[in-house]
Amino acid sequence: MINIEYYLIVSTIMMFAGVYGFFTRRNLLAILISVELILNSVDINFAVFNRFLFPGQLEGFFFAMFAIGVSAAETAVAIAIIINIYRNLRNIQVRNMNEMKG
Amino acid sequence: MNYSDFLYMRPELSLIAVTIVLLLFDLFTGAKVRAKYMHPLACVLLLLHIVLNVFPMHEDVSLFGSMYQSNTITGIVKSVLAVSTFIVFLQGYNWLKREDTRHKQGEFYVLTLSTLIGMNFMLSAGHFLMFFLGLELAAVPMACLIAFDKYKHHSAEAGAKYILSSLFSSGLMLYGISFIYGTVGTLYFDDVAGGLTGSPLQIMALVFFFSGLGFKISLVPFHLWTADVYQGAPTAVTSYLSVVSKGAGAFALMIILFKVFAPMYAQWQEILFWVIIASITIANLFAIRQNNLKRFLAFSSISQAGYIMLGVIAGNAEGMTSLIYYILVYMVANFAAFGVINVIEQKSGGKVNMSDYDGLYKTNPKLSFIMTLSLFSLAGIPPFAGFFSKFFIFMSAFSAGFHVLVFIALVNTIISLYYYLKVVKAMYINKSDSPIATLRSDGYTRAGLALCTAGILLLGLISAVYDSINCFAFGM
Repeated sequence: MINIEYYLIVSTIMMFAGVYGFFTRRNLLAILISVELILNSVDINFAVFNRFLFPGQLEGFFFAMFAIGVSAAETAVAIAIIINIYRNLRNIQVRNMNEMKG
Repeated sequence: MNYSDFLYMRPELSLIAVTIVLLLFDLFTGAKVRAKYMHPLACVLLLLHIVLNVFPMHEDVSLFGSMYQSNTITGIVKSVLAVSTFIVFLQGYNWLKREDTRHKQGEFYVLTLSTLIGMNFMLSAGHFLMFFLGLELAAVPMACLIAFDKYKHHSAEAGAKYILSSLFSSGLMLYGISFIYGTVGTLYFDDVAGGLTGSPLQIMALVFFFSGLGFKISLVPFHLWTADVYQGAPTAVTSYLSVVSKGAGAFALMIILFKVFAPMYAQWQEILFWVIIASITIANLFAIRQNNLKRFLAFSSISQAGYIMLGVIAGNAEGMTSLIYYILVYMVANFAAFGVINVIEQKSGGKVNMSDYDGLYKTNPKLSFIMTLSLFSLAGIPPFAGFFSKFFIFMSAFSAGFHVLVFIALVNTIISLYYYLKVVKAMYINKSDSPIATLRSDGYTRAGLALCTAGILLLGLISAVYDSINCFAFGM
């Protein structure tokens, strides 16, 4: 039997790896992948809490399922916008996205 | 299951009906009919929706096992949001009838109304899942709206920045919610409130949740996306984003802090205290050095979000009233400013810089006058509505004992006067060899601007507005 702590360690590492990637990556798709890491770590959290702490109910599982569905929808829109940027610029590196400055 | 529960969801159902009708109209009519009747139809249907729901039901309902909760005060906020959307529709006509957007204008209405439906569900949520779904339903179509000008590089860039930061912020928020679930064992608002004890894990969850929502209403440590997105998005969408999206987010945050996190009052008060000071001060300092008017209003809206949060920190009914009143007043003033910017941008071929506005008074006295009124109202100069809204929101925080905070906010009001007046100076005093030519705006835009001007002048003077909101407000 694997204890709950190990799952939480994995999900925490995923979460902060995602945050680190979000701030350091320079390619839009890599940023998107980092954000997906964050969202997936949340799904692990919900599933694990439900399975280990509150086994009698399904609330956490359902939340995880909805979170997966919504993040898929958001990713679809994000990729559509990234494709549009690619059509305008011919690449998706963040350093080319500096047209607007204050 | 009791199907009669649906009858209580009047605002949401009528909005869904309006959206479906517009979608079908867009699908099944020819290009000529669409170009002629699409915009009037959208305006009339939305007006119908507003009239149907303008008198909220005077009862608290809790439907579907308390997944959906509604009361009079959320009904009032929903009406305010619907009216704001109506003004956006009126002002967007100028931009929508342009050659490159005309064929896809149906999508604009459907997407805008989808975000409005999402916000309505978010306001009436009684469970974190419902809240999350409403928030995302508001965020995803919003990204499409921002990237609406497909052939403009700015628009796509702004869309990418918005969708990525919105994904990131919902990730943070969900991480917070997952720990609330882990420590309490349920996600129903009423039950969570009973289970919160203020343990370190719950404080961490609160911080994550707050920063997720802080992104949505662009409070200061989380504001970095705001200026770029506001500048890149089409102006009608920018005004929608700055008023409707921000107002709904602020009110939803207030409801959740009051209802769910009430046992952790001391903790979130501490967070809000520093976030408010940072938002107001930093945004004011950045606004001074902007030249692009859309960026300028972006920073102004960040500092206004700080003022809006002043209504939350006190945690009393007075604060809730003044928050809604503030959003209402901010709505008319900001829409008037964005309306003028939109007209000038569309008619003059994309001029949005402050230096372009030099000598505007000579050529377009009415537009300059409306712009001046709205900026005065945003700055809080006495006869206009902005003064009263600022006064009430300061009073609510002051009476709860936040004297230092109110003092800092007052000092910042004076700083903000400087940059609001810079625009007024450009229009009235600066000379220009080539001022923007005299232009005539269309009827829709004029109706929108007239509505906003009436709001700026009257909302502060008619005390019934504040009083009638005050009857239904509640504290913690």
